[in-house]
Amino acid sequence: MGAIATAAPPIEARGLVKRYGELTAVDHVDLTVEAGTVYGYLGPNGAGKTTSLRMLLGLIRPDEGAARLFGRDPLLEGAAALDGVAGFVEAPRFYPYLSGRRNLELMAALDGGDAAERIDAALETVGLAHRDSDKVKGYSHGMKQRLGIGAALLRDPRLLLLDEPTTGLDPAGMRDMRELVRRLAADGITVLLSSHLMGEVEELCDRVAIVRSGRVIYEGELDALLHRASGQAQGWRLRTTDDQAAWDVCSYRPGLTSLASGRDGLTFAADEREVAQLSLALARRDIAIVALVPAAASLEQLFFELTEGEEAA
Amino acid sequence: MSAPEFLRSAATAAAATEAPPAPRADATATRPGTAAATSAARRGRRPSVASIYRWELLKLRAQKRTFLGLGAAVLVPVIFIVALAANGNGPDEVPFGRYVTETGLAVPPVLLLFSSIWLFPLIVALVAGDIVANEDSNGTLKTILTRSADRHQIFLAKLLASFSYAILALLLFAGTGLLLGALRYGLDPLTSLSGTPIEVGRGLLLLGAALLAYLMPVLAVASIALLLSTVTRNSAAAVVGTLMLSLILQIVGIISGLESIRPYLLSTQFDAWQGLLRDPIDWAPIARSAWVCALYAVPSLTAALLTFMRRDVTGG
Repeated sequence: MGAIATAAPPIEARGLVKRYGELTAVDHVDLTVEAGTVYGYLGPNGAGKTTSLRMLLGLIRPDEGAARLFGRDPLLEGAAALDGVAGFVEAPRFYPYLSGRRNLELMAALDGGDAAERIDAALETVGLAHRDSDKVKGYSHGMKQRLGIGAALLRDPRLLLLDEPTTGLDPAGMRDMRELVRRLAADGITVLLSSHLMGEVEELCDRVAIVRSGRVIYEGELDALLHRASGQAQGWRLRTTDDQAAWDVCSYRPGLTSLASGRDGLTFAADEREVAQLSLALARRDIAIVALVPAAASLEQLFFELTEGEEAA
Repeated sequence: MSAPEFLRSAATAAAATEAPPAPRADATATRPGTAAATSAARRGRRPSVASIYRWELLKLRAQKRTFLGLGAAVLVPVIFIVALAANGNGPDEVPFGRYVTETGLAVPPVLLLFSSIWLFPLIVALVAGDIVANEDSNGTLKTILTRSADRHQIFLAKLLASFSYAILALLLFAGTGLLLGALRYGLDPLTSLSGTPIEVGRGLLLLGAALLAYLMPVLAVASIALLLSTVTRNSAAAVVGTLMLSLILQIVGIISGLESIRPYLLSTQFDAWQGLLRDPIDWAPIARSAWVCALYAVPSLTAALLTFMRRDVTGG
């Protein structure tokens, strides 16, 4: 039993389906997260990310399919399936009338074992040691988010499920939260990070599943996705020392489409190779490039195309 | 385990958590060479229902509504005694009403008679109707259900906490009445419902037994409130629903033509304790109350548990 449990991947979901009346919130989702990865679960709001996470944690019952954490199904084994697993869905919630420390003491009591011994370290890690005796009702959103991570750390997890941990944080808070996730991952914790921000996933994750309307529409290495993005024609903005001459150069290049001229220079669509060639061609004509920038971050654009385009039949 | 013992052990347990759980933890940590074993054991370690129950009590202690109910349980006897002292005469129309100015022993029985329609269902519903729904509205259900405690453990702890609170409220209620009554009118023998005298020692014993009998329908009401709390996920709906049900049962009980079902109404069971204060003791209403109350409580608790075990936790 023990051998099987350690060999099983941290997350293995097969054919997860959850329907709410007419709406299929999660539509046959397969997900495998291997140990040691930081896995991005990416999709716009309402794509069914949180519902998937709730099913993984055993909070809601799938209509079809099953989820296993380290080989154990929370529906069949109850809380035992969550051994070594921690995290939160949506904003972490605590008892507002208890202090941060009391809340963690309560969580530790529900964890059993030696969780209570980790309270001080957890408060320290998430930077709440100096506010531990304040009631949670006085905490800011960011502090509650951090307390959520602290509560997860009490379980000494091998797998951490985090649902949009940076949502609602200010830029500094976002930076700190990402830094914390990076640090935890470096300690060897497998992380499933749901997010609607491509940039966040790009920054933190090795592998990604992109979901849309409850379905996984891309699953794989982030590098492969980056490669796919770079191979695709995308929008660029070009400013030169001589936009008139640059226009002539551009209009003769076959790999370049949607050329247009605006107050702010030229815009066009092309893949990266073509853009590289263009820069050389401009240089040969003594036209200096002042700015040549993608109209949108490449992955970001791919993400929008994947999640906002016409629904595939 | 008798009710007072039960409460005392709960209180001791609650007090124990005030101190950090250091000694035991340190003992494990300082033993050399056991770190790996401890880590392995930790993975499989479940929290005990006792420790979850202790935390349920601590949560109740931290909430104002708990003291609203307990405050009412103390305030009503105080008002009663003050009114009695000002008025001079006991309420003649109820059993023991005539004797309240003769002995403090008669005060709790009269209070029990007055409180069965509204007060106790309300006090009990305030906490039992809130104890699950509150976690829904706070969004904390998902928080506690993603730790190492199984759902049935959490439900059991909440059940025990609601019952403990009901027991405490009843003890405070009767205790305050007895204390104030004894201070004002002394502790003299009580006249039984059969007109015979009951000496003080036996009177106190019978009073304790009467409280136990009164506890049966109180706990049945708590069970219904717990069911409503689990099903409605809304504290106000559960509290009001419990009260409405208890009112409907009272009304059914006084409708003429429905006398035949009256002995099986939950509201009727609030009077069963009177059998103890007859001479000789009439056990029939108490025995009936036991199974009638179980008939209300057991299905309610079963339905509540099954709902709690299977429900989707979507809030928060």
